[in-house]
Amino acid sequence: MDALGWGEILARMFVRFWPVWGALATSFALSFAFRRRLGLYGKLFDSPVGMIGYGLVMFWFFTALFADIIAPHDPIQVLSGMKNKPPGTPLPDGAEGYGYYLLGGDNLARDVFSRMVMGAREVLKIAPAATAFAFMVGITLGVPAGYYRGRLDLILSFIANLVLAFPVILLFYLLVTPEIMASAIPSGLAGVLFLFPILFLVILWNSRYRTRPSQRALYVGITVTLGAWLYAGLAFDADPLGVISMPPNTLIVFVAVVFVNSPTVFRIVRGLVMDIQTRDYVAAAQTRGEGPWYIMLWEILPNARGPLIVDFCLRIGYTTILLGTLGFFGLGVSAESPDWGSTIASASGLLSIYPHPALPPALALMSLVLGLNLLADGLREESLKD
Amino acid sequence: MIKFLLKRVGVMALTALCLTFVVFFLTNLDPNLEKLAKTQGNSRMSDAEVASWLEKNGYARPLLIRYGEWIGVVPGWTRTAPDGTVAGRCLHRGAAPETAPAYCGILQGDFGYSTRFRADVSEIIATRLALTGTLMFWVMIVMIPSALIIGVLAGMREGSRADRVLSSFSILWTATPEYVSGVIFIAVFASSAVGLKWVKGSAASAMRDVTFENFALPVATMALYGMGYIARMTRASMAEVMTAQYIRTARLKGLKFRRIILRHALRNALIAPFTVIMLQFPWLLTGVVVVETLFNYKGFGWTLFTAADTNDIELLLSCSIVAVLVVLVTQLISDIGYVFLNPRIRIS
Repeated sequence: MDALGWGEILARMFVRFWPVWGALATSFALSFAFRRRLGLYGKLFDSPVGMIGYGLVMFWFFTALFADIIAPHDPIQVLSGMKNKPPGTPLPDGAEGYGYYLLGGDNLARDVFSRMVMGAREVLKIAPAATAFAFMVGITLGVPAGYYRGRLDLILSFIANLVLAFPVILLFYLLVTPEIMASAIPSGLAGVLFLFPILFLVILWNSRYRTRPSQRALYVGITVTLGAWLYAGLAFDADPLGVISMPPNTLIVFVAVVFVNSPTVFRIVRGLVMDIQTRDYVAAAQTRGEGPWYIMLWEILPNARGPLIVDFCLRIGYTTILLGTLGFFGLGVSAESPDWGSTIASASGLLSIYPHPALPPALALMSLVLGLNLLADGLREESLKD
Repeated sequence: MIKFLLKRVGVMALTALCLTFVVFFLTNLDPNLEKLAKTQGNSRMSDAEVASWLEKNGYARPLLIRYGEWIGVVPGWTRTAPDGTVAGRCLHRGAAPETAPAYCGILQGDFGYSTRFRADVSEIIATRLALTGTLMFWVMIVMIPSALIIGVLAGMREGSRADRVLSSFSILWTATPEYVSGVIFIAVFASSAVGLKWVKGSAASAMRDVTFENFALPVATMALYGMGYIARMTRASMAEVMTAQYIRTARLKGLKFRRIILRHALRNALIAPFTVIMLQFPWLLTGVVVVETLFNYKGFGWTLFTAADTNDIELLLSCSIVAVLVVLVTQLISDIGYVFLNPRIRIS
């Protein structure tokens, strides 16, 4: 077989992505049809910038979802004779599976295209969840700090500034090492950080349904049971059912990323709360005799959601960059992991002779972060129109 | 003002103390010390031998005391061997026990000894910082003026075509971290595969003498990522100033547009970016490490990377101090500068 030309490579890649195009078309059609009933999400489809961002983000989301169908080869499968081959090279005679390496082979003779596709899954497995956790921590601490001020605020702000003054890269070097992974530090940190989502939800339900004991018992019960199960499994690898667990290197990466992000979220939330606290509806709730947590979580927080949603999108992008940095330095990833950062790093050595293995993951990471930034811009624009 | 400064410096010192302790704790964990013993002694030592090596070299004592010694507020340990020779923390370079100082920590200017480079840490840090200083100088020269110009041009007429084009570029740059743009730049401008080969993909020769050929790519890579962010901040701040009442008054007075921008808008619009530029420094450190590893430029970032990689505890500790100090000092400068630039804020 002959090597493919660029036109044919692009056409074949387009065909490989068919589940993504299908899912994208469906989600666009549905969201566009019902955009007047979908609140802020629906308004996104009024702004071209927001739509481009949404398209890029969803493209990578669906790619991660359908990665098994899209990737023509196993991302760690090594085929002799395909080392550093240019894009579109056919497989040697007798090799099983899809007939080409669409984007060429890397320095270990693995398929660059499949690795890029599978890499999306590595990033999207951690980045949104870690960002959500960072938000939970930031909100649970930031809301009371902004509401009560005083000594509580002073102490929490000092700790937040302490973490912020720590250069990110240094923290990663110190925290994401095999020695630390073997020690009790990751579990300990995870034990503290993972407590916050449970705490947040329990306070949330409790303050809302304080006067309706049956509903309160139901919601708090569900949260505590589910939360304790996930907490034991994720933080201490002690799930009694043996379903939930997290490998130690993923755990430490997750914890490090949450740790780096939460002080910034804390500062944003604190500032927003200080601003919103002076509004009349807060005074009204205080006069009504509502509890402080009800005012904080059900009066103030919903009114801070606009800037928080925008920052959430931006922060997922920032977390993606952080994960790439970790991968680039080989911290917390296994040698064969197809994540974009470590793929870029392993290809950067031979960059001046064989640039093709480094470019696809680099462009993939760039487009995902760009999509998230555009999405945030679109959301900001639309939420300001209210 | 003096009181404000004193308070800030006090908080800064407390922060530095906490952070260095955290770093000290994390670099002096048991597995790290065991690794150190094995690289310094021999790699097949038994657990008992490791313990005795640590004992002999003063590592088997409480963490707080060792932290105090390292800072220089607790006298360094000394230990007399059975054969009468004296060893000690402050005697490691063959100093005589009688003349050696009692304290030798960073307060006395003794940063320790690098196990990787076999040299004094203070010398290594000084030479490497100088190299990184050169890199940062050129990055700043490229980054700040272009970011400010782009931001001001874009924010001057919000919504115009120039604004849309410039904003798209800055948003694209903020989405391109150094390890992505560096790789793309090398592939396009330096690889034999594309064939442009305008510049070199390695900055190793720039350590001796800086030329456009060997320094263009690292500087561009580092400047671009920060530039996008600063430009977006400048644009937002400029756009806000342009809607202010006094700008409208100036226009209604019939002033020329250029004069309004230069005399009235610019100064107020540049307050926010100043803070942003200062707060960029902590992030630039990550960029420095990435760019120096990618382009093989052996400056401070590369040293930090090597120290962490080879478990060189004292070098890593000193690198952390420098990094933390840079962050804290830039924060202080940004606070003070903000007060000076912004006439609306008065500290009493």
